[in-house]
Amino acid sequence: MHEYSIVGSLIDRVQQEAVLHGSTRVHRLHVKIGELAGVELDLLKTAFDTFRERTICEGAELAIDSVAAVWACPSCDRVIARGAVLRCDTCGRPARMIHGDEIILERIEMEAPDV
Amino acid sequence: MCETCGCGDPEIVPVEVQERILSDNDAQAAHNRRHFEGLAVLAINLMGSPGAGKTAVLEATARAAGGRLRLGAVSGDLATDRDADRLNAAGIRSTTITTGSACHLDARLVHHTLHHAPCSDCDVFFIENVGNLVCPAIYDLGQAANVVALSVTEGEDKPLKYPVMFQKADLVLLTKVDLIPHLDFDVHAVEDALSRVMPDAKLLKVSAKTGEGIDAWLEWLEAQRPAQRSGSTSLEHHAHSHEHSHEHH
Repeated sequence: MHEYSIVGSLIDRVQQEAVLHGSTRVHRLHVKIGELAGVELDLLKTAFDTFRERTICEGAELAIDSVAAVWACPSCDRVIARGAVLRCDTCGRPARMIHGDEIILERIEMEAPDV
Repeated sequence: MCETCGCGDPEIVPVEVQERILSDNDAQAAHNRRHFEGLAVLAINLMGSPGAGKTAVLEATARAAGGRLRLGAVSGDLATDRDADRLNAAGIRSTTITTGSACHLDARLVHHTLHHAPCSDCDVFFIENVGNLVCPAIYDLGQAANVVALSVTEGEDKPLKYPVMFQKADLVLLTKVDLIPHLDFDVHAVEDALSRVMPDAKLLKVSAKTGEGIDAWLEWLEAQRPAQRSGSTSLEHHAHSHEHSHEHH
């Protein structure tokens, strides 16, 4: 459900960038979504297809880069295997997430006379 | 116009952003956090499934605290004021954020509430999120700690099924433990599941009905409390980086 609110924020942000660059047409958005970000990719695409109508993103493609979750020890950098206990066998410290919680707008491809 | 070949097509340029999509919420949450920290109020984001026992735990907390701690709360609810009514009756000054169809609270909603129902005279302020194990985990509200209520009737595998929620938890309250004798519930299995999704997993077993574990929960809250009020920021006098108009009470 919150995918709709994420898409709302995404389109607002793209609108700001379009105004900044004097663009009236956006071709593609590149977003990075972590496996443990709590965002369902299919729902995000559906929400984008629904909400982009009559916005700066109408006709734009949503390109999603999905990032696998990686946990590691904050002391020795040892990577913790998937599904394992999130604590370093050697150092005993709780693991820290290295990748996997990203919800990032990376890049916008737009028609931009002012760039 | 395309300058490469002069074909007349508009030029498509990449504009780098590299920013969190929810950066607006993050900024609002940081603003809320400054309020809470400035007022030395411990803000707790309490999450969990519908029916996990979030409100019941808070009622039991008020009973056990017995006036030792000044407690306040805001409850996120899709359609009713029932949770806030229960909490007020229990002695926790409380208001409701009615979210309509929204499945979570966000930092802006919490901020708006704080202006109308200030928390400045509270020691602990609970933000009782909408009952949901998915969406609330995504939104920072400005809390000092995330607490997830997981009831024994939900099953031991919930942490593995909803890792996003549990990875963000600072503490899990295993609720309704008075029911364990009537269930095939394995506490070790839930501890094992938590250790695989929650770094530095912490679990407290509580029963709102019998009061079991509530003292340990109060001790945990006491340990999280900020040392003293800095007085540097307050809800009554503070600057906003954003534009909005509202009364400060």
